[in-house]
Amino acid sequence: MPPRRQAVMEKPADFKATIKRIFSYMHGFGVHFVFVIIGVVFSSLAGIAGNALLKPLIDNIEQAVKSGSWDKRGFIRILCLMGLIYFVGAVSTFVYMRLMMRISTTTLMRIRNDLFCKMESLPIRFFDKHTHGELMSHFTNDTDTLREMLSNSIAQFISSAISITGIFVMMIIYSWQLTLIVVVMLFVIIRVIAFIGSRSSKGFIAQQKALGAANGYIEELVEGQKVVKVFTHEDEATEEFDRLNEELCQAATRANTFANILMPVMNNLSYLHYAVTAIVGGIMTVSGVGGMTVGTVVAYLQYTRNFSMPITQVSQQLNAVLTALAGAERIFKVIDEEPETDEGYVTLVNADIAEDGTITEAPERTGRWAWRHPHKADGSVTYTEVHGNVELDDVYFGYEPGKTVLNGISLYAHAGQKIAFVGSTGAGKTTITNLINRFYDVPDGKIRYDGININKIKKSDLRRSQSIVLQDTHLFTGTVMDNIRYGKLDATDEEVYAAARLANADGFIRHLENGYDTMLTGDGGNLSQGQRQLLAIARAAVADPPVLILDEATSSIDTRTEAMIEKGMDSLMEGRTVFVIAHRLSTVRNSSAIMVLEHGKIIERGNHNELISQRGKYYQLYNGMFELS
Amino acid sequence: MLQFRVGFKSKLPCRGAFYSEKGVLPVYKEIFSHVGKYKKEALLSPLSIIGEVLMEVLIPVVMAKIIDEGIKQNNIGRVVCFGLLMLVMALVSLFFGAIAGRLSAVAAMGFAKNLRAVLFRRVQSFSFANVDKFSTASLTTRLTTDVTNIQTAFMMFIRSAFRAPIMLTFALIMAFRMNSQLSVVFVFAAPVLALFMAFVMTKAHPRFKKMLSLYDSMNSRVQENLVGIRTVKAFVREDYEKKKFTDSTEAVREAQVSAEKLIIMTMPFMQFIMYISIISILWFGGNMAVGGRMETGELASFITYVSQILMSLMMLSMLFIMFVLSRASIQRIYEVLEEEIDIVSPENSKILPADGSISFSDVSFSYFKDMNNLALEHIDLDIRSGETIGIIGGTGSSKTSLVQLIPRLYDATDGRVIVGGHDVKDYDLDILRNTVAMVLQKNVLFSGTIRDNLRWGNAEATDAEIEEACKAACAHDFITSFPDGYDTELGQGGVNVSGGQKQRLCIARALLRKPKIIILDDSTSAVDTATDSSIRKAFREKLADTTTIIIAQRITSVMDADRIVVMDAGKISAVGTHDELLESSEIYREVYESQQKGADE
Repeated sequence: MPPRRQAVMEKPADFKATIKRIFSYMHGFGVHFVFVIIGVVFSSLAGIAGNALLKPLIDNIEQAVKSGSWDKRGFIRILCLMGLIYFVGAVSTFVYMRLMMRISTTTLMRIRNDLFCKMESLPIRFFDKHTHGELMSHFTNDTDTLREMLSNSIAQFISSAISITGIFVMMIIYSWQLTLIVVVMLFVIIRVIAFIGSRSSKGFIAQQKALGAANGYIEELVEGQKVVKVFTHEDEATEEFDRLNEELCQAATRANTFANILMPVMNNLSYLHYAVTAIVGGIMTVSGVGGMTVGTVVAYLQYTRNFSMPITQVSQQLNAVLTALAGAERIFKVIDEEPETDEGYVTLVNADIAEDGTITEAPERTGRWAWRHPHKADGSVTYTEVHGNVELDDVYFGYEPGKTVLNGISLYAHAGQKIAFVGSTGAGKTTITNLINRFYDVPDGKIRYDGININKIKKSDLRRSQSIVLQDTHLFTGTVMDNIRYGKLDATDEEVYAAARLANADGFIRHLENGYDTMLTGDGGNLSQGQRQLLAIARAAVADPPVLILDEATSSIDTRTEAMIEKGMDSLMEGRTVFVIAHRLSTVRNSSAIMVLEHGKIIERGNHNELISQRGKYYQLYNGMFELS
Repeated sequence: MLQFRVGFKSKLPCRGAFYSEKGVLPVYKEIFSHVGKYKKEALLSPLSIIGEVLMEVLIPVVMAKIIDEGIKQNNIGRVVCFGLLMLVMALVSLFFGAIAGRLSAVAAMGFAKNLRAVLFRRVQSFSFANVDKFSTASLTTRLTTDVTNIQTAFMMFIRSAFRAPIMLTFALIMAFRMNSQLSVVFVFAAPVLALFMAFVMTKAHPRFKKMLSLYDSMNSRVQENLVGIRTVKAFVREDYEKKKFTDSTEAVREAQVSAEKLIIMTMPFMQFIMYISIISILWFGGNMAVGGRMETGELASFITYVSQILMSLMMLSMLFIMFVLSRASIQRIYEVLEEEIDIVSPENSKILPADGSISFSDVSFSYFKDMNNLALEHIDLDIRSGETIGIIGGTGSSKTSLVQLIPRLYDATDGRVIVGGHDVKDYDLDILRNTVAMVLQKNVLFSGTIRDNLRWGNAEATDAEIEEACKAACAHDFITSFPDGYDTELGQGGVNVSGGQKQRLCIARALLRKPKIIILDDSTSAVDTATDSSIRKAFREKLADTTTIIIAQRITSVMDADRIVVMDAGKISAVGTHDELLESSEIYREVYESQQKGADE
């Protein structure tokens, strides 16, 4: 029998609840499950019953040998019965395995889907607290172990339990005296499993820790391999790695030694059991205690062989099951996370706006938008046109309690204005934009959007009214076309081309291998940082929203290219409220208003010329560029 | 009951060139040569398994004797005698089994250790071009998941590769010796089973391959969503992504069902064959026993052999399936080992650079070694020792490509790069890279304290030297503002410091090398302009003799350089001082004006 894949013995906190939870994912499979259990029962019973027939069969032969007259009819009858039982057994095995596979693959799919969908609805705050590697492992390691448990262990456990009980019952029926030996053996077996098991699980915990350390080191060093090269640090890196690698090897060898030894130990315990039973059984037959016959002893001895096998299997699966449950628990913990709350009820609708300013809801895209604002008190609905006016009133905010990042920010951005935030890293520039699109929430009334309390607006509608271009551009697997279209899923090809031209991306896209149909993989790894930013701008442009947030959107684009796309950007920004964050001051110079931030406070505001004439921080920053001597 | 599993581990998607599949044999030979000093254990383990299996096969003989010569003859003496013999055999079997367990663990873990070590060294010796080809994520997976997969497969292999055939042979011999007529049953059963297994395996392999690739793309979708969660949310694409993901999980499920349904057929089928064999043996054996041609005890033992034989056949086929599955990992590791390292030190080169001068003579460079797809075209440039050179140019104008040739991070495709009077290819790489310090555009700090990270520049640097370098890089003040100062722990990738602070630490680290040439590749982009200018001031004062190359987006970062190189589309468009270039270079003027606009108002 092949050794199992070893796993760490991790104790899940609440065994029962987790198992119940896993079973809840099998809804709709009630009937299947009943048949699985029936199948397992039949399959294991067939094995036991088949063996049980061995006794009458051998007794029949013995009788024939002794008396010389053979009850051949009886012999055939037993053999036929045996064949029938075995056939039912094999068919049951097939049926339950097929059904179990159906159940387990679907269950796994449901859990994966649930986990992913939950992940999508979690607030940004959650992703701040958890590393990608950690979340990724829920989808890989944790579901893998769960998969193994679902497809193997459940049926295995049921079948082992039935086999052990069934065999035990048969043994008692055959000879309760001999069964006393089994009880003693069971005691020994449990002690042995506990002894070896606890050592091996301790070993596996140590191995897992060492593996984590080694893998972490590999990840870090491979990630920074270019730096290692530049600093010719290869020897030192290798030296440290060898140490970790040796530690891992030691721990793993120890853990696996115990796991490997379990099998021969269990095996030979069963031989010991066999020998003892044979001796005692033999003595009993000879002395005629308990009416023992040769057939009984032979059949009974067969049971002793069969008895240890399911026990060994359960003991070997224990590690796998515990690991899987611990993994499932981690998955459920994410699923139980509080999703992004959204009490917003103001929605974004297409609008027809009459000349007198009355707004009516339109069923299709009109190019104009309105906020649909139902009033709970009287059941009436009012419409407000979407302009993109944003107002912040004395906003305080911190990512962690007790550590404020914004300290009393107030500002008013008119539709069509370009507002720039300038300041050093950590001054709170990005934080402000994170609040405007409600990645993070602030108390009521602090931020108003077209005069509406931002917390009343449905998050999805709020975000749809804004486009954001982030400093780190993220692209998705798919064609260039798909990626631009991400901004507006029903955009026509023409709209995509127009957006690309606007962002000055059309030129380089057409030079790609397959133009707009070039596949981007690995987060657009085949493009330069600047090209990726141009795509991100095109993506925002195609969305055509009233509010645009550009967070260091052009930081990797050289100033000359930036100057070239300025016209496009200007036409993109026209009529929209734009928030720009840039440390490159040339990017923000033509803004309607520039806010200079320091420690979460606006310390200066005004347009470029006003700020220059104020001779304050902005002036210093700006002139820092020319302070050359 | 025999029970098995077909495990697979998830793999992250990887880019990188793949070899056309070579013959299987050299691949395995290469991989398994790394068992190295654990060869002894790897060989002794199956040997002791022979001992274990031998006992396992002989014990049923004794069992038969207990029944036939003891119990049935009412001979307690014999029963006790054979019972004790059986106990002794069990002890022997346990002894060998335990030894084999220990040895196989030592061998498999040792093998994995060796594989990891050789892979790690291999990756350490990779050039930038090699790393680019594989991508770092893929290299990491190969060193971790793939090695673990092979380790598991290897341990299983040395534990069962001998067990199954030996058990099969012994059981067959014993069965034939016991009763050759009855053994004819195997002659029918074995080929049927073998044919069936062969059928399943040939059918299953492509299906498993398909499942794994679907699995990969599902995982890469998760990863993209994790990394780009803000983009997803900003564009309100949660539902769109959910739809796409559930489509991919459904595809995985279907592929899984289609692959596994073949595998699970083996189990009932084997049961079926085994049961038919048992019944036939009972039928023929029963007749023989009644006819006095066979003992009843033998019949019972014979059935034990039936299951042993069929089980070992099953085990062999499982081994095979496992090898099919681990082949993907073996192939991936082989690719790393076989990757040709394109930049190596010449042997026994002791030449030292005379000074910090650099000269490019008719240098062309392509990332793909393809003269029709050049990143740099016919570059000629001479830099005097101690000179400060600024490089300006648009996105994709190959500024970085140019400077990466100096410490020989890539090799010029055509032409010569000369540093300190010698071709870079003539230097020992360590000597060359100790001469040229480079602060990369995408720089990395490692977990450990700030001081540990700085010591990368110079392991023997004194505290005073470290402080001096940090002062020059304008990092000293913010470091000392931390409660733990230079002993502040940086998380992995230096997450505890801001972008600008990280850049300054990287500059300080490079300065500690005391290099003849220092290259800053857009290394102050996140640093504010005032700090930027004080860093440059420190450079001018303290590193007057050091050749300095500064790549920058901001004109202000380079305008006080001795000479400025303007790059455009892989060519040098103009060289000169700030004032000269304002006169002569249109590109330079445009860049200048794009940053200058409004300043004079």
